[in-house]
Amino acid sequence: MQPLLLKGGRVIDPSRSFDQTADVLVQDGKIAAVGPTLGTPDGVEVRDVRGAIVAPGLVDLHVHLREPGNEDVETVASGARAAAAGGFTAVCAMPNTDPVTDNQAAVGFIVRQSLRAGWARVHPIGAISVGQQGGQLAELGEMVGAGAVAVSDDGRPVASSHLMRTALEYARTFDIPVADHCEEPTLASGGVMHEGLVAARLGLKGIPAAAEEIMVARDLLLAELTGGHVHLCHMSTRGSVELIRRAKERGVRVTAEVTPHHLTLTDRACEGYDTHAKMNPPLREDADVAALRSALQEGVIDCIASDHAPHAYDAKEAAFDDAPFGVVGLETAFGVAHTELVQGDVLTLPELVARMSTIPARAFHLPGGTLQPGAAADIVVLDLATSWTVDPARFHSKSRNSPFAGRRLCGRATLTLVGGKVVHDAGAATP
Amino acid sequence: MTAALDKDLVGLAPLSAEQIRLILDTAEPFKEVSERPIKKVPALRGKTIVNLFFEASTRTRISFEFAEKRLSADTVNVAASGSAVQKGETLVDTARNLEAMRIDMVVIRHPSSGAAEFLGRRIRSNVVNAGDGKHEHPTQALLDLLTLRDKFGRIEGLKVCLVGDVLHSRVARSDIWGLLKLGAQVAVCGPRTLLPRRIEELGVTVFEHVADAIQWADALNVLRLQLERMEAGFIPSVREYYRVFGVTAERLEKAPRPLTIMHPGPMNRGVEIDSRVADGPHSVILDQVTNGVAVRMAVLYLLAGGKPELADAAKRGGGPGGPPD
Repeated sequence: MQPLLLKGGRVIDPSRSFDQTADVLVQDGKIAAVGPTLGTPDGVEVRDVRGAIVAPGLVDLHVHLREPGNEDVETVASGARAAAAGGFTAVCAMPNTDPVTDNQAAVGFIVRQSLRAGWARVHPIGAISVGQQGGQLAELGEMVGAGAVAVSDDGRPVASSHLMRTALEYARTFDIPVADHCEEPTLASGGVMHEGLVAARLGLKGIPAAAEEIMVARDLLLAELTGGHVHLCHMSTRGSVELIRRAKERGVRVTAEVTPHHLTLTDRACEGYDTHAKMNPPLREDADVAALRSALQEGVIDCIASDHAPHAYDAKEAAFDDAPFGVVGLETAFGVAHTELVQGDVLTLPELVARMSTIPARAFHLPGGTLQPGAAADIVVLDLATSWTVDPARFHSKSRNSPFAGRRLCGRATLTLVGGKVVHDAGAATP
Repeated sequence: MTAALDKDLVGLAPLSAEQIRLILDTAEPFKEVSERPIKKVPALRGKTIVNLFFEASTRTRISFEFAEKRLSADTVNVAASGSAVQKGETLVDTARNLEAMRIDMVVIRHPSSGAAEFLGRRIRSNVVNAGDGKHEHPTQALLDLLTLRDKFGRIEGLKVCLVGDVLHSRVARSDIWGLLKLGAQVAVCGPRTLLPRRIEELGVTVFEHVADAIQWADALNVLRLQLERMEAGFIPSVREYYRVFGVTAERLEKAPRPLTIMHPGPMNRGVEIDSRVADGPHSVILDQVTNGVAVRMAVLYLLAGGKPELADAAKRGGGPGGPPD
């Protein structure tokens, strides 16, 4: 592979608190050197990235790639291609596939599809329970051996407290987090949006904030009981934030994520029965958005994850009750976060890079999230100067169900490298 | 023409007070049509209307059908059972197929909130919401308003309380919008399990006890308690519901003045309402049914482009929008 010199960009590496204008030399798939005005070795390709940001590739702990089972809406390859276009060099694929990714062979299949595709790295998350049925513990050890980086029954929240306790205890041997979609099923049953004034007006069944918070509280207590690492997916309420804050003060091993849509939209987006605003957990209220933003700023919530959830366009062309939950997010996550949080003075740019790269990589013990010389060259070059309009028809994802269609955003990936290989180059034809 | 209706009638929430008054005023001349020996005017002659009912309904469907026939429209009834819907066709495909047959209007009843609005955005035909999930049932609220206006001569300043299962009631939501827009005061009363959370923020008062509502109100609209609510655990038993929230003759005796009693039907006698109240001198329940045909005629006539000032003339033979023959 030809060496590559990224010349003159603002290099932000939160893993070393590095933030200055510098060159980055990529050689043999690794970061060879980072420093001001590096020399130009023979045969090196030089990319002038003055005015742009050079950062460790973004890491997304929560995506749904629908393969196996629903390859018409997304595959490992199309999802990993969308990830690369969004600046992500690694994504973690949830196991609610068909069949469920609940054994070592299924985990190995995801790994193999990812290698075959060659876009962003795809790290499988295994199921907690066999078939995500909430009963028997899946073979965590074998799945970890095959490449699983965490376990979760996301999509079918863990109702049994006993199962959650067992998973947290058992997972300690393998030092992997147990990721939970916090939802008390009897309270959430039949709900399609946040239980609030908008739901009252629209005549839609609500999901109360307490449905999430009860399970957040339970999971925190069980993490404390077992010493296991619980990762709380897509937090959506101010009450959850308070519970996590207090648990972290007590030293509970908890990490938590929040999505770009929960940081920027409220239940008002459901007005007019817009099914692109239907997701689970649902969009909440202004006070929740404010609390989530503060929590992300203070580190109570650790990182941003997209919860990329592709659906066929005609599945969303339905009455609100009948449409599936979920939105795609890989190709808008950075733009939304940069526009709303950095330009909105919630986070500095290095803080945002940390929360979309270094911190999530550490949370799941993934490679990446750093520009340390010697590390794999998983790098993103970000253009923050140009604004662009979200046009789902141009997504690399197979699906179009974005709540941000038509939004004017500032900030996007222009170049994405995985292991030194260019997997996305906005300046060139699709590689 | 500021008060003209939009393409569809999906609810009362999007309507202005002026538009609601227009429908009520237009209904007045149509009331008389149903009193004639020959109950037919040619106002919608040549118009094709589909009554698309994804949920069982007797009263509303028949009322719409009478309104359509008395306006001389050609009508087709499609019920969910036995239709393509049951064979897995989506709502949008059903709608596109109907539109491809060049229909003028669709009257839709659907179990999902928002279904009428969804349909209206996707087809060029006029859409009338005949009840969508727990969202709205605008023609029911319009007939409630017309009945109250007949009885009191005005809506403004009236105190109206909706009693019962507000949470699952599309009638309640439409009533709340219509009454508030026309200047009435609105309250709700029922078990807290059957009231939407934060309903106060819509601008209504909440009474915990029926006795308090009776002291306050000029009129009660007693909502139907669907018996499956008990199975779903919202209330312990029908017997207890009647004892705690039933509108009974004994409770009404304590009212400072006689209360007008409404019910959208069908009634569960001895559950939400005492038979002596339903059949009593202050019940306007059957007037509501009569007015239902007139307001539906008005809605269909106005959506078809009929000019309100011509409603009188239309009765005598003019088509919608055009001068009388």
